[in-house]
Amino acid sequence: MIVALMFWAFAALAVAGGIAVFVVNSMARATYALAVSFVAVGAMIVLLHLDYIGVITILMMLMEMAIMAVFMVMFMGMNPALMPMDMTHHKRRSAILAAVVFALLAGAIFLIPWPARIGSPAADLTRSLGDAIMGSKMLVMLTISPVLFATIVAALVLANPRGRYDRYGDRLDRRTADGYPDPDDPIRGGIGR
Amino acid sequence: MTLQLVLLVSAALFAIGLYGALSQQVVVMVMMGIELMINGVLLAGGALWWFLAPTPDGQTLLLVVLAAMTVEMAMGFAVATVVHRSRNSDMTDSATDLAG
Repeated sequence: MIVALMFWAFAALAVAGGIAVFVVNSMARATYALAVSFVAVGAMIVLLHLDYIGVITILMMLMEMAIMAVFMVMFMGMNPALMPMDMTHHKRRSAILAAVVFALLAGAIFLIPWPARIGSPAADLTRSLGDAIMGSKMLVMLTISPVLFATIVAALVLANPRGRYDRYGDRLDRRTADGYPDPDDPIRGGIGR
Repeated sequence: MTLQLVLLVSAALFAIGLYGALSQQVVVMVMMGIELMINGVLLAGGALWWFLAPTPDGQTLLLVVLAAMTVEMAMGFAVATVVHRSRNSDMTDSATDLAG
């Protein structure tokens, strides 16, 4: 009974928070609304006995919202991020498409004859996840690792204001008459230049 | 709390996120919509795991979804930074070079 009540409360909070993200009239408020929605979803995941995943979802999302707020102020300045605004397009078509997708998903959810539960949960679910990651499912983690590393490299390359092609043009082996690298830098410096 | 109810909530989150991702003009707001969609997927995954097959395999899949969320955020911010630097704007409408 208590679990059911908590589920309904968190579900209402998650959906209301999600709606509020695109209804409130300032991006700072939208960030807070999204954080509330994420915390509610994390709490529901904990109710599904996924303690570890639920807690890291909450922690990760709170940090992400904090970073998002910083980026928002950085790109838009302090006032636009906090002031009322409406920067949307195709609202009607988007709303219709979202409603159709929800109707299709809801229909499928109630029409599919879901199978009976297979297997039973381990006594300590977090430990069983740890055992799986370090044992039979290690390949999954080994695959995620290079993906995350590639993401770091790609994000840095994209965000870097001056890459090597900005500095050297098409000829990356450009050298001065003395044989030193000859980058096109606004401020000279470094060894040999 | 039944499987259908949890999936319904996750479908609602997914649909709200889809609306946001399609209707917003600011890149960061589009990312918020995508985040909501992935959050719905995460919740649906957790429900399917608990009600249908509560083995460690499903938990590992949820970790992959979380990793996808992280990658989306990092690349989204990087792209937003590039667009802002080159166009002095953070709107999707100013980055439609590849639009058909």
